[in-house]
Amino acid sequence: MDTSDSEGDSRKSNNKPKYSKFSQQELPACKPRLTPGTVVVAFSLIGVIFILIGLASLSASQEIVELVDRYDADCVPTGDKVGFIQNSETDKICTRTLTVPKHMKSPIHIYYQISGFYQNYRRYVKSRSDKQLRYKNDVHVTKDCHYEANTDDGAPIVPCGLIAWSMFNDTFAISVNKNTIEVNKKDIAWKSDKNNKFGSDIYPSNFQKGSLIGGAKLNESIPLSEQEDLIVWMRTAALPTFRKLYGRIETDIMANDQVTVVIQNNYNTYSFGGSKALVLSTTTWIGGKNNFIGVAYLTLGSLCLFLAMGFIVLYMVKRRTLGDPTYLSWNRDTLDHRY
Amino acid sequence: MRPERQSPPPREATTGELEAMDVPVKLPDPVPSPISRQSPSVGLSMSRSLRSVGDAPSITFAADIRSGTRAESNASSSFESFRRAGSRPGAVARLPSRRSASERAGSQRDLRDEDARFVYINDAARTNAPPAKFPDNAVRTTKYSILTFIPRNLYEQFHRVAYVYFLILAALNQVPQLGVFSPVASVLPLAFVLGVTAVKDAYEDWRRHRSDENENNRTASVFVNGVFQPKRWKEIQVGELVRVVANETLPCDMVLVATSDPTGVAYVQTINLDGESNLKTRYAKKETMSTPTEALAGLKNTAWAIGVAVYTGRDTKVMLNSSGAPSKRSRLETHMNRETIVLAVVLVLLCSLVSLLAGIWLHNHDDELGVIPFFRKKDFSDPNKVENYNWYGTGAQVVFTFMMAVIQFQVMIPIALFISMELVRVGQAYFMVQDKHLFDDKRQAKFQCRALNINEDLGQIKYVFSDKTGTLTENRMEFRCASVHGGDFSETDGGEEDGHAVTADGVVLRPKTAVKTDPKLMALLKDGTGAKADAAREFFLTLVTCNTIVPIIADDEADPAAKLVEYQGESPDEQALVYAAAAYGYTLVERTSGHTIVDVFGNRQRFDVLGLHDFDSDRKRMSVIIGCPDKTVKLFVKGADNSMLGIIDKTMNTDVVHATEKHLHSYSSLGLRTLVIGTRELSQAEFEEWQMAYDKASTALLGRGGLLRGVAADIERNLRFLGASGIEDKLQDGVPEAIEKLRQSGIKVWVLTGDKQETAISIGYSCKLLTREMTQIVINSNSMESCRKGIDDAIAVVNKLRSLSTDSPRVPLALIIDGNSLVYIFDTDQEDKFFPTSSAISLFTKFFINMKTSIFPGANDVSMIQMADVGIGISGQEGRQAVMASDFAMGQFRFLVPLLLVHGHWNYQRMGYMILYNFYRNATFVFVLFWYVLYTGFTLTTAITEWSSVLYSVIYTAVPTIIVAILDKDLGRRTLLKYPQLYGAGQREESYNLRLFIFIMTDSIWQSLTIFFIPYLAYRKSTIDGASLGDLWTLSVVILVNIHLAMDVIRWNWITHTAIWGSIIATLICVMIIDSIPILPGFWAIYKVMGTRLFWALLLAVIVVGMIPHFAAKAIREHFIPNDIQIAREMENSRDSGDALI
Repeated sequence: MDTSDSEGDSRKSNNKPKYSKFSQQELPACKPRLTPGTVVVAFSLIGVIFILIGLASLSASQEIVELVDRYDADCVPTGDKVGFIQNSETDKICTRTLTVPKHMKSPIHIYYQISGFYQNYRRYVKSRSDKQLRYKNDVHVTKDCHYEANTDDGAPIVPCGLIAWSMFNDTFAISVNKNTIEVNKKDIAWKSDKNNKFGSDIYPSNFQKGSLIGGAKLNESIPLSEQEDLIVWMRTAALPTFRKLYGRIETDIMANDQVTVVIQNNYNTYSFGGSKALVLSTTTWIGGKNNFIGVAYLTLGSLCLFLAMGFIVLYMVKRRTLGDPTYLSWNRDTLDHRY
Repeated sequence: MRPERQSPPPREATTGELEAMDVPVKLPDPVPSPISRQSPSVGLSMSRSLRSVGDAPSITFAADIRSGTRAESNASSSFESFRRAGSRPGAVARLPSRRSASERAGSQRDLRDEDARFVYINDAARTNAPPAKFPDNAVRTTKYSILTFIPRNLYEQFHRVAYVYFLILAALNQVPQLGVFSPVASVLPLAFVLGVTAVKDAYEDWRRHRSDENENNRTASVFVNGVFQPKRWKEIQVGELVRVVANETLPCDMVLVATSDPTGVAYVQTINLDGESNLKTRYAKKETMSTPTEALAGLKNTAWAIGVAVYTGRDTKVMLNSSGAPSKRSRLETHMNRETIVLAVVLVLLCSLVSLLAGIWLHNHDDELGVIPFFRKKDFSDPNKVENYNWYGTGAQVVFTFMMAVIQFQVMIPIALFISMELVRVGQAYFMVQDKHLFDDKRQAKFQCRALNINEDLGQIKYVFSDKTGTLTENRMEFRCASVHGGDFSETDGGEEDGHAVTADGVVLRPKTAVKTDPKLMALLKDGTGAKADAAREFFLTLVTCNTIVPIIADDEADPAAKLVEYQGESPDEQALVYAAAAYGYTLVERTSGHTIVDVFGNRQRFDVLGLHDFDSDRKRMSVIIGCPDKTVKLFVKGADNSMLGIIDKTMNTDVVHATEKHLHSYSSLGLRTLVIGTRELSQAEFEEWQMAYDKASTALLGRGGLLRGVAADIERNLRFLGASGIEDKLQDGVPEAIEKLRQSGIKVWVLTGDKQETAISIGYSCKLLTREMTQIVINSNSMESCRKGIDDAIAVVNKLRSLSTDSPRVPLALIIDGNSLVYIFDTDQEDKFFPTSSAISLFTKFFINMKTSIFPGANDVSMIQMADVGIGISGQEGRQAVMASDFAMGQFRFLVPLLLVHGHWNYQRMGYMILYNFYRNATFVFVLFWYVLYTGFTLTTAITEWSSVLYSVIYTAVPTIIVAILDKDLGRRTLLKYPQLYGAGQREESYNLRLFIFIMTDSIWQSLTIFFIPYLAYRKSTIDGASLGDLWTLSVVILVNIHLAMDVIRWNWITHTAIWGSIIATLICVMIIDSIPILPGFWAIYKVMGTRLFWALLLAVIVVGMIPHFAAKAIREHFIPNDIQIAREMENSRDSGDALI
């Protein structure tokens, strides 16, 4: 019976609400406002800053030397590409020669670029066991790995799942002007992955032993944390056209040098119409060659400056005194009988 | 609240001229008690809600008790006699076994046996023996018990369709083929939302439980084994005798059997029930047990009373009436449903598109699916038997994709919106309650927010329908004018306030309220002779006797030698009349059931009250039969003028009648409430005849009320005209100003009153409802035909005025319409064809249809309050019933102005923006997910981690919008009150409409495009991994929607800053935590990606590109097409800077 409450209320000598700035909604507050001045200044400022950033990133991007060589079509005979690639007997060596247009400063990154490969395909991206990769006791946790989970006799496949199974297995041997150059494949994976995500006491087992081979095989004497190609591959790409780091060249390559790449063309992108390419690239602060960001910033900057001008013109043409009561609708009514 | 007001509410709703009469004694069907003093059905007045409308539970007696007690003396029901009666176990009372709808049919209804409740007095065992199933007296107002809490609370929460939708999706998600989220993540948002509400409900219920416990464990004195013993309230049973001493509270509904007063009177105060501090009389009677006195009423001025418990526990009237007001939905919420449906359609479209594209993709790649590395349909683990793995055919895949898409994009319907709205309303209610401008200092009454789901309706009110008495007025009557024997005595200005103390038994008695007197009338009373003076004396004799006022004598704090006389009664009009009589020398000193003692100019006289006919709404008058000290028997009648003029003997002294009629007219024009007073001397024969008829009628079992009315009507005739009185009901403070503000703000104000037309118009002027510029249209018809003509004329007038006034199309108009005409209009409206022109419909039905978003402040009209979209109760002197039924309650009518113009405006503006923003922020997120799905082979993968997906709408972005919706103010209080027209923004739905919705949704699509495609274009053909890109998108969305909100915040205080920037930081922290879990695929991505400059460059670009349209549109809108609020804000700013300069 809630009446006891009201009884209490009425008996209380004073139930006046206590005054506080908060309870009266009178907290000190600032009221920023879009005056013509702030609008123009904001647009101009953004315009100038964006143009500067745009120029800087564009020049950084221009410095980058990038060689892209798509080799998937040229490295197989015309005809039955899939049959060729699936046949384990055929010789899959393919030699490509590239001319370097500009001086490339070390380190030069070697990437492979695959397109049409949906590493973000739902069925694919879920087919892995992070527990298994991390903890020795959990090697049998393979329920998400579907049919690449266990061998016929029930032993867990390490690493399990479609992702690991489909690991890239083309190899690149590089020589510049006929001199073989060592490709450094150390530290191509994230340090955090090596240290914390992939166990140093977990070794590959039962991997690629099924009847259908998806890709690379792993050396069973090397722990997962050292299998950098695997770690790189397991960081699934966000988009269907992606690059992955293959290795680094620690020496500069001069302009007009001939780079010869001997490719062991093993990986099957033919069955789904994907493409493969080899990429050699230098880097700057902006990452890889990327004109988009510079162009975008320049465009935006100019747009903002243009808007600033536009607003100046508009404000000049249609002046309005701020806070003029004659603009209130009920005052306007009597002026121009429209309402 | 007086019972008369509760009589069938539709009458008041439909008949403009309300309050049928201004007759002081206002009681429904009289349920007479044998001593014919006053209807005990005052009990009604204590009930709290509609349920009690017209229900005065009748109680009939089994024959044995009636015959058994009839022999006993009427006058004394002493404790002894009670013991005799009580100790006889055969005593049985028959009461309605269950208070039911049938009771409302009428108090005189004969009860069927199976409906009857047999109460064996002082024999609880027999009373409660089967088949009777009476509950014990324990009350339980809690909704839940520990066992039922979870199921019942969930059941109630799932009444929201949206929650069912989320539940179905969470269930679908558990199907392996459809598992978009991990099981925990999928139920988390719903569980969170349900959990918050459940905790809130549990807390409220626990508080109710505690107060129940307190009530149940109070003790009462119960008659057990011949002695009164303390017993806990919850153990009291029907049939037990309970003794209550002064100032105690009654534990249950009981019928009084004896009191300390020899006449069996007990006075109860019902302040706990309806807030009325007046004392009400209850009688301990044998023949006809009267209305039970309700639980929780307090016993006053009576040393003790003994009653038999008849209704206990959940059968008590308090419990039956404590069902809350019907729940209402705000207009905004109703409109919100429309946009929710639009979003649902968009959701279905998105999902269909995705599943269609997925189907096409699968079809095109059909040959390759078997072996391609990222699909590999075929399972080769058994080389002899190659099977399809997890593949049900393209068709099934399409269906799965559709379902998964619904699960993935489910937040398109914002799950957090509902809980946010609830929280925001709690916050807004807090500020309304705390507002010192809504606090009534005089009554120490806080603003009350009783309904928590229509706050924002306060900002969209178009019509205010207001009761007059007690709402606009104080309901504190003051005697102003008297017309006696054709002479007008209203020159009270010259007279001084006369307390007129009288001395009785050596004690000075002073009436509590002094009344100004007219010296001429005073002189006439004291020294006058002749017909006029006699009439004047009888006039005041009528005033002092013909009422139900009880004088209460209390110590005078100012003067220890004197005593204060306070007149307690149920009608403020009667109080005013008795105080006036006291000022003129007729002081009521004592009243018992049989007589009154009046001090006439220092001379004590005893008047025997031989009979009393209560007020009823048919007769509209009340009369007493008085045995005067000079042994004559007189009938004194007072009543409404139209009912009295009919029974006046017009042959006598026509001059007086005409003069008085003229006076009545002029009193009405002054806005006074008028009463006409008449008398007749009864001969011995007449009296005896009456007494016989009366006795017969009052002991009748069937149709008692009607018989008594007949008896009254027979005797009330051929009256000699004494005069008329004019009582002023003062307007509350600030009412004219408030009404003027409301009118300026574009709200149409209707005042419903029971006064005569002249009175009504005059009050209309005095409260500034009507002004001189207004063209008045009066519709006052007696027939359907004339009503129709009236309407036609009115339309013609309106059209003419419209065409004439070219300078302003707004012609100030006022419509004055009486109850009969309204009834005709209602009838014809339902028949529909009666209206000749469509404009008539717009003129009249508009007013009714548009009761949508109308507001009804009223002190006592429960049904109106509940019918209105927003019911506002004035917690005035009239009691709490209106308050209990209202959505909001406040102390003064004038608080309506700050409530609507300030809080209503804020609430609406805040809530409207919050709903739009919630739609926008969830849609933005869903669109980002959607664009990505187009690049994943349409498989509903998200780069954004599932945890971020589910936390997005409940944690990442929920707090700022709630805080802003509680705290932001578009305009200051001063500005809003200075320019009431600003209220029009809410009436025109400027803060929430389809245009704004489309606008913000376009913005949402644009922002999602920038969030997705700028990083996409930059990271195309790069080494970016899904988790890193997902983190970038998560942060972009959260920062962008928060900056969007920040850009629309008008007042930044430290709380707003904390909420907005804090939630961006909280998001970053959450993302970091998620990325620190090694067994998630995205481990360490945020740290890695934040180390690249490209990330920051992209984030900046996304934010700027995303905000440019909103920023530019805002700049253009504010400067080139400013609305009133914008202009007012600029005025506010320039004023602020002006203040600063000074």
